Amino acid sequence: MPRVKVARKSTSIDMTAMCDVAFLLLTFFILTAKPRTEDPVQVDIPASSVEQPVPDDNMLTLTVGQGKVFFSVDGNDIRKQTLIQMGEKYKINFTPEEQIKFSGLPVFGVPIAQLKGFLALEPDQRKEFKQPGIPRDTTNNNELSDWIREARKADVALHNKALRIGVKGDNKEEYPVVKDVIRILTNQKINKFNFITSLRAAPKK
Amino acid sequence: MAELDTSSGGGKKGGKVRSKKASTRVDLTAMVDLAFLLITFFMLTTTLAKPKAMDVTMPDKDEKVKDELPVAASRSMTLLLGANNKVEWFIGEPGKTPPETTSYGKDGLRKVLIEKGQEVQQSTGKYMVVLIKPSDKSTYKNLVDALDEMKITNVQSLAIVDITAPELELLKRDGNY
Repeated sequence: MPRVKVARKSTSIDMTAMCDVAFLLLTFFILTAKPRTEDPVQVDIPASSVEQPVPDDNMLTLTVGQGKVFFSVDGNDIRKQTLIQMGEKYKINFTPEEQIKFSGLPVFGVPIAQLKGFLALEPDQRKEFKQPGIPRDTTNNNELSDWIREARKADVALHNKALRIGVKGDNKEEYPVVKDVIRILTNQKINKFNFITSLRAAPKK
Repeated sequence: MAELDTSSGGGKKGGKVRSKKASTRVDLTAMVDLAFLLITFFMLTTTLAKPKAMDVTMPDKDEKVKDELPVAASRSMTLLLGANNKVEWFIGEPGKTPPETTSYGKDGLRKVLIEKGQEVQQSTGKYMVVLIKPSDKSTYKNLVDALDEMKITNVQSLAIVDITAPELELLKRDGNY
């Protein structure tokens, strides 16, 4: 009796379709990924049951941690315009290179007198640099207030929009620092702003 | 698909010696491996939990406004945020009603807010007004927690106000400062 021969099939599969799908997904994830801005200090944001997401653009964020306040605003053009206006106000002339460098800086926290030196640093060194935070004294030296005001002006001038303000604070931050920030905001008649929180894992009901 | 037909048409015999054509089929396995590796990387690094924005409204500082309505003391509840995650609350004016110490969360502040909110609603027919007064020893988390409880318990009107000296004394007396 002749044996039935099983025809051997090749085990190699056509990978083309799989490859297509994989790269499609890859492209999707790359394009949706938003580069995360690294906070200069460790900020552990508190949790809440609020479900309203932080707006993607047109946002000014004040990061509060370790008693220091850091400033960041969305949009390279707004950052640049803010720097120019601050330069005029404080009689500091920023060169075009410095303006470009500053517009690529997502978050910073140095007094304006030190800003030139800070911008001159290499990106690696900037990460190492211990930023002292933006001065927010109640007296004449309230740079934080000026930064906020100039950024709002720049946003109105460039996009004709009202800048939204968010406060991103650390869990352990003592209240006086937060109070300073709130006072600066209310002094500018910003009575509505946001506290940035994370979603509580399971809402306690 | 990824291979081209490389077989020559007819099997003419004789004639030129054709060089053997290599198949153009590429092994895509390694490429797929790489693609999935990168997908995994991007999937894991994307932040799924987007941060949330809690709306805060502060009372207007403008002193020119004169048409402010005084709120009856019986309707106002004051929360004093003290040190060590403790909160003291009382209804009415400081010193007249003894404050009670409680904690944040479900069994502490939330219970008090719901109970007192209903009591005030029944006795005065109006909603309760909550004043949050954080002391210098409280943390940012305490403030956010307190505001979150307001949202959960549906407190209609609230304000973040600076703490006053007699209220600080209360906190100190109870060891929460």
